[in-house]
Amino acid sequence: MKARVTITLKNGVLDPQGKAIHHALEGLGFNGVNDVRAGKMIELDLADGTTDAEIEEMCKKLLANTVMENFRIERA
Amino acid sequence: MKTAVIVFPGSNCDRDLAVAFEQATGHKPHMVWHRETQLPDGIDLIGVPGGFSYGDYLRSGAMAAQSPVMRAVSEAAAKGTYVLGICNGFQVLTETGLLPGALMRNAGISFVCRDVKLTVANSQSAFTSRYAADEEITIPVAHHDGNYFADAATLDRLEGEGRVAFRYAEEVNGSARNIAGVLNEAGNVLGMMPHPERMSEAAHGGLDGKRLFDALASN
Repeated sequence: MKARVTITLKNGVLDPQGKAIHHALEGLGFNGVNDVRAGKMIELDLADGTTDAEIEEMCKKLLANTVMENFRIERA
Repeated sequence: MKTAVIVFPGSNCDRDLAVAFEQATGHKPHMVWHRETQLPDGIDLIGVPGGFSYGDYLRSGAMAAQSPVMRAVSEAAAKGTYVLGICNGFQVLTETGLLPGALMRNAGISFVCRDVKLTVANSQSAFTSRYAADEEITIPVAHHDGNYFADAATLDRLEGEGRVAFRYAEEVNGSARNIAGVLNEAGNVLGMMPHPERMSEAAHGGLDGKRLFDALASN
């Protein structure tokens, strides 16, 4: 069983990497980009029966820093 | 005073910190590997050094915060042992929850490595008692993730309780309210991005960092 965790910076938190990517896209001539936010994706291969609560606990304890990041869990 | 320096895979300021501790206290610190589950008996001061523990995987300090030794460090901190986290050590202390907030990527994206001017915001703590109130000092920084972040309520509380130890006196990394170093509620844990151990001998170009270690050794 697989789950995918997407981690993003909270709204309003400055994302310098996203800004740099945005500038680079503009440099390539892509002028229709309004904003870029960078995050990370972690794919978990889990034992059958792992509960949503357990995955959420993994996110809160290690995968995301909830001071500055949000996380979203999707089961594949 | 008995001291210890924690060593993670990827620490690179552990030996510099050991030299600073030894010069201030007259005794060599215990170097404690991250797999240890206990600290030596009678440690008064624990240093969590700078570097790139675990290659900064996941987030700076995130993996080191889960090391067995950090549980022992947290227990010691709760009993009043002094804990000093510098640079990556500050990141580790926020990731373990010993200090509030988080250190994000520098606002200017670049790694910043230079001497910076700091203002001593609290000169009453065990770490800062050898500085004058509002004194301007010079200590180098060397980091990519030093942009201090916390929600407004936390920042207000830190400021209201005198827990901001140092502020940047110039723009360095985009830190909220120019915060360069914060104390825990009890005042025995300090995390700071600048490196006082790199400004502790005349050959370093100044002695502003040495006074922090001298203050600790006199407690």
